[in-house]
Amino acid sequence: MQKSKNNLAEHPFLEGLDPDLLEVFVSCATHVHYDSGQMIYQEGDEANQFLLIRDGKVAVELFSLERGSLLIQTVGSGEVLGWSWLFPPYRRRFDVRAVEATEAIALDGVCLREKAEADHRLGYELLKRFSKVVVERLQAMRLQLLDIYGKHS
Amino acid sequence: MKVATKDVTSTIPHLIQQFQKETHDTFTMQLAPSDSNGQFYSKPGQFNMLYVYGVGEVPISICGDSGDDSKIVHTVRAYGAVTSRMMTLKKGDWLGVRGPFGNCWPIEKLAGRDILLAAGGIGVAPLRPVIYYILSNREKYGKVTLLYGERTPSDLIYRSQIEKWRGRLDLEIYVTVDSAREGWRGDVGVVTTLISKTRLDPANTFAMICGPEIMMYYTIQELMEQGLADDQIYISMERNMKCGTGFCGHCQLGSKFVCKDGPVFLFKEVKQLFWKREM
Amino acid sequence: MDIDSLKAKDEVVIEQDGLQQLFNILKRDGFQTVGPTIRNHAIVLDELETIADLPVGWTDVQDAGTYQLEKNDAETFFEYSLGPHSWKKYLHPPEIRLWRAKRNNGGFDVVKEKNRTPKYAFIGVRPCEINAITIQDKVFNTQEFFDPIYKLRRKKIFIVAVNCSRPGGTCFCTSMNTGPKAKFGFDIVLTEVQDQGKHYFIVEVGSKKGAKALSEVNYRNAEEKEKNLARRILEEAAAHMSRSLEASNLKAIFYENFEHPRWEKLAERCLTCGNCTMVCPTCFCNNVEDSNSISGNSAERWRKWDSCHTQDFSYIHGGSIRSSVKSCYRQWLTHKLSTWMDQYGTFGCVGCGRCITWCPVGIDITEEAKSILEENFSTSS
Repeated sequence: MQKSKNNLAEHPFLEGLDPDLLEVFVSCATHVHYDSGQMIYQEGDEANQFLLIRDGKVAVELFSLERGSLLIQTVGSGEVLGWSWLFPPYRRRFDVRAVEATEAIALDGVCLREKAEADHRLGYELLKRFSKVVVERLQAMRLQLLDIYGKHS
Repeated sequence: MKVATKDVTSTIPHLIQQFQKETHDTFTMQLAPSDSNGQFYSKPGQFNMLYVYGVGEVPISICGDSGDDSKIVHTVRAYGAVTSRMMTLKKGDWLGVRGPFGNCWPIEKLAGRDILLAAGGIGVAPLRPVIYYILSNREKYGKVTLLYGERTPSDLIYRSQIEKWRGRLDLEIYVTVDSAREGWRGDVGVVTTLISKTRLDPANTFAMICGPEIMMYYTIQELMEQGLADDQIYISMERNMKCGTGFCGHCQLGSKFVCKDGPVFLFKEVKQLFWKREM
Repeated sequence: MDIDSLKAKDEVVIEQDGLQQLFNILKRDGFQTVGPTIRNHAIVLDELETIADLPVGWTDVQDAGTYQLEKNDAETFFEYSLGPHSWKKYLHPPEIRLWRAKRNNGGFDVVKEKNRTPKYAFIGVRPCEINAITIQDKVFNTQEFFDPIYKLRRKKIFIVAVNCSRPGGTCFCTSMNTGPKAKFGFDIVLTEVQDQGKHYFIVEVGSKKGAKALSEVNYRNAEEKEKNLARRILEEAAAHMSRSLEASNLKAIFYENFEHPRWEKLAERCLTCGNCTMVCPTCFCNNVEDSNSISGNSAERWRKWDSCHTQDFSYIHGGSIRSSVKSCYRQWLTHKLSTWMDQYGTFGCVGCGRCITWCPVGIDITEEAKSILEENFSTSS
């Protein structure tokens, strides 16, 4: 338990979190390990969990019939993956696969959702941190969309 | 007072000694110097005006080791009429060369500093001479990092060289692509996202950025958010060039001629001109 | 004064016959005499055979967007100001081949152009034009590089300058400190005087070359009253300029007024015809064109005048950086009046007024500069 707590406290996503709120996370946390190439989530699966990556790399993939799996983003150590668990319909939008052997902390989304409804302080901390991640991802995604290295006439 | 004596308006034919395709639209050529001593001397960041017989001329950065004056190396991405035709040339063909023109990356005077090189797309080519220089003088520099972003893994160039450099313990290299097919085990995401991974020391780091202007714009923003000042960042600009020597007027950016006051600029110097609509 | 003692700054007097003698001497010494002459109802620069080819008895009436010739009552040789041509047409030719290439055994040879530098004697160069030439000297002959075409032609020229006794309709040389009196840069400078039936030229020697040429001509000493008259004529001219430009704060046009609303107004009028860039004596932008013969055995590169007012001027892969009328005009004006100073240490403008005369919609840069600076529209940095 202590080890979990330390690992959680160290993760950049939870930096500066009040100790009592940290306890809540600890109570919803489990260690997970994925082998290289292992499928973590599949598009359409129920989304009840998110991951704090400690070590390794996972890829967010989109599958298209003609082009196969397209990697559109990789997420590495110190980063967070997964926000579909926050809002209905709680379904994964993309595939997620481990690119390398990966150590992560899985947080139980159902558990945290319930606790956040009860304790708005917890809710605010969660949403505050997730919005930052979403905004950064969105800005980066816009640049990717521009296809800046491509030929434009 | 220095007096110019060289006629720089006539192109000089150079033999293509080696010609290698890097990707579907990018190729690297090695040219033999044409002077009687077989020497061509340039500094990292400079460019030549390359002429394809009967077609036209384009400015292309020199991307070989500036410490080796026995060859002239250019990596070219085929974008327009001249470069597309250039891609059809081969070993044994001839290319017109005028140059070297332009100023250079100030790597020599940054001894003792941490160096961050951020390359977007073909922008990695003009930065390669800086890497060569650093590796020949490794003990003079602190932490050295290369960030390289490309469109897809099949567009990456210098792959084997980068792998070799990765093997060195004194060089940090991060490569990312905008999107990839299954099987890619590197990063996927824009190059600006690599910056936060580097854990740079803002007080001692100097950055050199080269790539599409929009990539440089966002990279500069990210670096400044990480604590770099505008006089710690150098960029390489590009404009329409016809002469390469400041006579045709085309490459002007405000009061600067990109061909002779640049292409390398300290960001502080061009801050008012950079990213200004229709400047 | 005798032959040996003619030197720079000496002032003598010659008459019409002396002027023709000067022509003859220059021609004998191998110069192509070029200067103002009338063609298609305008005073242009072209080859002059004799002094009769000059616009004798003509004067011009100029204003924004208008140009007209009128006969005057006297048989004056230089009583007009500037036409659409400037001396850059000789020093920095509108079209010239840079080199040729010929195919050979898988490669090609570059054949340089040879023996094609003419020796010009410029007749009737106005003081503002001397300044324009000096400005272009700085462009084409830098510390790092030089343009061989310009450099060689420039070296060979003989300048017979003429002071302006009558300011033109669009001139503002006094604002730019470039006239109406020539202070440097000439081999000989003339001031034409018509006084109580007498018609003569005060000639000031500017160089050894000028002294030598003059020494073979019928001249006599200049009397004090003649020198004073010439001086007064030029002072009168300086006092009667049709327009002016406050030059002390021109840098601000670019550095502080990039977003000034006046640029939008200008864009509504400007046709981007490029006339201003063609007639401006300091505009130097040019393009290179590569071509090859049908057989492919030979290729050529030509250099031609270009204009920042064209769509493709700032084109790089993807598009042009400046494609709007507003940005093209703004580029031209801010370069001419502001950024030129940072590049070369002088203004790009000499106050000749040609751009005002030859603009089909009559845009007057002195008015535009004034409007912009009157209401400084600083954008925060």
